[in-house]
Amino acid sequence: MRARVTIMPKRNVLDPQGKAVVRAIHQIGMEIVHDARVGKIVEIEIAGNDAESVRPKLEEICRDLLSNPVIEDYRLEFEK
Amino acid sequence: MNGGRAAPDAESRAPRETFPLMRFGVIRFPGSNCDQDCLHAAGAVMGQEAFYLWHKETDLRGADCVILPGGFSYGDYLRCGAIARFAPIMAPIRRFAAEGGLVLGICNGFQILLEAGLLPGAMLRNASLRFQCQMTRLRVERGSIGPFASAARTGELLRIPIAHGEGNYYADAATLAELNRNGQVLFRYCDERGRVASEANPNGASENIAGITNRAGNVLGMMPHPERACEAALGAEDGRLIFESILEWIRARRISSAA
Repeated sequence: MRARVTIMPKRNVLDPQGKAVVRAIHQIGMEIVHDARVGKIVEIEIAGNDAESVRPKLEEICRDLLSNPVIEDYRLEFEK
Repeated sequence: MNGGRAAPDAESRAPRETFPLMRFGVIRFPGSNCDQDCLHAAGAVMGQEAFYLWHKETDLRGADCVILPGGFSYGDYLRCGAIARFAPIMAPIRRFAAEGGLVLGICNGFQILLEAGLLPGAMLRNASLRFQCQMTRLRVERGSIGPFASAARTGELLRIPIAHGEGNYYADAATLAELNRNGQVLFRYCDERGRVASEANPNGASENIAGITNRAGNVLGMMPHPERACEAALGAEDGRLIFESILEWIRARRISSAA
């Protein structure tokens, strides 16, 4: 089983990378874009197929290691 | 130190000490790169006993002060300091800090202390998106007191360099208010006249914050590198004030515990 963790900077936190990406998009003439935010995705391989039984442990991993709750939010999803 | 800014000569300084030398433990993570500078500053320059502690060790070997040096621990993977936080050496550091031991995190060391929750807040990428390597001026916000700034006066300006890509200190409004209320902000970036202005902010840090302590005052995290500013030959000596404060603090503590 695979889990996918998406980590994004919180909405109220400045994202300098996102700002730079927007500037670059505007430089190639695409004015339709007015904001961008840069995060990261971590794919985790897990033994077994029971998502609910491993969810608490994965939440802990997301909270303590993969994201920093001061500046980031995460979303945990499972793929079968 | 008795003589203030004497020549950096460990051999000649040592016998003048009335107390056993202070022990500085410099942590080495894979990717630390300011460890030698810290060892040199605490050892050769300040004339104390300085030694390395490998990240896999579980004992601080009697250190009076632990330094987490700058660098790119674990390649800065995931987030700066995020992986170092779980190194075996961090468990004894937590206990040491809880017991009032002195912990100094510089640059990446500051990032590690934030990730470890030993200091509040987090670090963002510099607002400029550039790696900033330059001399900065710091205003001492709380001098003449505490383990890290007793040798400096409140309002004194220090010249200490920075070198980082992620030194944009961030904390929410409530945390900033608490830091200010408790006097935990030790250094702010300022201009030549001591004004805490946005033009003097090299990385976009909230309220120009360059260094903070924990509530008890025994854990300091700072982005500027005092260990690179301890000798005139290197262009700046103000970093010595921080080391001198540490020595003063430990000496006072030894006197009071002996009495």
